[in-house]
Amino acid sequence: MNDAVVWLTIFVLSVFVGIEVISKVSSTLHTPLMSGANAIHGIILLGAILVTGTTDSGLALAVGLVAIVLATVNMVGGFVVTDRMLQMFTRRKPKAPAGSTEGGAA
Amino acid sequence: MPVWVQLVYLACAVCFILALKGLSGPKTARTGNLVGAGAAVVGCVVPFLYLDLDHVPLMLAAIVLGTVGGVYGARKVQMTQMPQMVALFNGVGGGAAALVALLELEHMGSFTAGFDLAATAFTIVVGSVSFAGSLVTFAKLQELMTSRPVVFPGLPVVFGAALIAVLALSVLIVTDPSVGVGVLLALLGLAIGVLLVLPVGGADVPIVISLLNAFTGLTVAAGGYILGNTLLLVAGTLVGASGTFLTLLMARAMGRSVANILFGALKGGSTLGGGEASDRPVKSAGPEDVAIMLAYAERVIIVPGYGLAVAQAQHTLRELVDVLGERGIKVDYAIHPVAGRMPGHMNVLLAEAQVPYEQLKEMDDINGDFKDADVALVVGANDVVNPAAKTTPGAPIYGMPILNADEAKQVVFMKRSMRPGFAGIENELLFEPNTTLLFGDAKDSMGKLLNAVKSL
Repeated sequence: MNDAVVWLTIFVLSVFVGIEVISKVSSTLHTPLMSGANAIHGIILLGAILVTGTTDSGLALAVGLVAIVLATVNMVGGFVVTDRMLQMFTRRKPKAPAGSTEGGAA
Repeated sequence: MPVWVQLVYLACAVCFILALKGLSGPKTARTGNLVGAGAAVVGCVVPFLYLDLDHVPLMLAAIVLGTVGGVYGARKVQMTQMPQMVALFNGVGGGAAALVALLELEHMGSFTAGFDLAATAFTIVVGSVSFAGSLVTFAKLQELMTSRPVVFPGLPVVFGAALIAVLALSVLIVTDPSVGVGVLLALLGLAIGVLLVLPVGGADVPIVISLLNAFTGLTVAAGGYILGNTLLLVAGTLVGASGTFLTLLMARAMGRSVANILFGALKGGSTLGGGEASDRPVKSAGPEDVAIMLAYAERVIIVPGYGLAVAQAQHTLRELVDVLGERGIKVDYAIHPVAGRMPGHMNVLLAEAQVPYEQLKEMDDINGDFKDADVALVVGANDVVNPAAKTTPGAPIYGMPILNADEAKQVVFMKRSMRPGFAGIENELLFEPNTTLLFGDAKDSMGKLLNAVKSL
C-alpha cells in the first residue's frame, strides 16, 4: 500500500474518532474539555525535540529551543490548568444541599 | 524507528482518545486529563531513549524553563481569567508547531515530495495564524485592548490580499523550497491571525479560541505528517476534529453560525449600541427592599453572570441561597450555556464556591420555571437575559437562546452601573416596570442583602 494512503487512512479515521468521543459532552464541561484538548496538542513538544536534537546549525538550535519552551508551556500549563478546573467539580461536599428540596438530575 | 517505539506511540495515541472520552463526562474528567498528561510525558521521553540526540542538556533546560512557566501560569491564573489562559497556551502551541515546520523546511529541497512541502507550508501558516490570533484574543479578554469589534475600511481587501499572497507563496515553496519563503509565509500567517480576530466582538471571542484550538490541532497533525510521526498525526487530528465539533456546539448554544461570528462585523451589521450608558429612567431600590422581596417569595431563580465572579461574590451568594433555603424558599441557579466567558465557565466558577451541583439548572431545564418564579435575581449578568435576542433582528446577539428572566413576576438586577453587557448593547429588560435595580459592587451589595435577609 502507498505510504501516503496509509497516512491518509490514519488521518481520516482519527477525524471520526475525535468527533465520536466528544459527541455526548454536556455544556457544563465545554471549558475543561477545550482546555484538555488544548493540552493534548502540546505533544508538538515531541516534534520540537526531534527537530532540535538533530540539528547542527546554531541559529536552528536557537529557534528549536524557543519551540521547545513554547511547546512545553502549552503541554504542561494546559494539563495543570485543566486539572485545577476539574478539581473544583470533584471537591463538592457530599452533604445534601440546604436550598433545594428535590435533587435534580445532573 | 524501532518497533517498540511505534508501539509506545500507539499506546500514547490510545491514551489520548481515552483522555478526550474521559473529559466529556463529569465523573471521569479528572482521570481522563491525567491519562492524557501521562501519555504526553511518555511520548516526549521516548526520543531521548532510542535516538542519539544532540544538545540534550540545552533541550532539558528549555523543557524545565517551559515547565516552570506553564505551571506558574496555570496555578496563578484566576478562574475568571481561564478563557484567556487557554488562549495563551493554545497560541504558544501553534507558534511552536510553526517553528518546527520552519526548521524542517531547512532539510527539504527540490527532491522532497510536493505534498510534504504543501503540508509544511500549511503548518507554518496555520500555526502562525493560531499564534497571532490567540494573542489578540488574549489581549481582548484581558482588556489590554477594546473588546468591541475592530474594523477599518478596506479590511476585507487586505485580508483577501493576504490570503492570495499565502497561496502564491505556498505554490512557490512547493516548486522551489527555501527557508526565506517559509519565513515570509510565517509573517503573513501572523498578519492573517491578527486580521481574523480583530473584527470579532468580545462576547464571541470564546468561540474563536475554540476554533484556533482546532487550528493548532490540525497544524500539529500536519507537523506529524512532515516528521513521519504517527503520534503527532493522531493527537493533532483528534484535537482538530473534536475542536471543530466543539466550536460548532458552542456556536449553536449561542444561536450563531461560525461564519457570522468571524465575518459578521465586516458586513457592518452591528450598529446597535455604542457601548454608552443610557440615561433613561429606571427603578432602583436598596438592599432592604430587595431582601423583603426575596424573603417573602416562594420561588427564586438566580441568574449568575461574569460580573458575579469578577466581584468574587459567589461565596456570599451561596450563603444567601442557604439562608433563603432555611426559610423554605425554593432557590435554583439558572445557568446559561455561555454564562461567564466560555461555555461551562459559570459551572467552574460556582463549583469553586462549592455551590451544590443539584442547584445548577441548565437553560432548557429551567426556562419553563421562570413564569412561576416570584423573583428572578440577575447578578452580574446582562446579555443572557436580554430580550433583544428574541425581538430585535439587528442586534448582535439576535437568535441567541436566552434565559426567560423577563417572565418572572419580579426581576432584580444587581449591577455596578448602567454599562451594557459584553455584547455592548442595551438591555430593554432594565426599563420594564417589574424590574428593580440594586446598584453597587456585587460583593458589597450581596453582603448587605445577606444581612438584611438575616435580620428579617
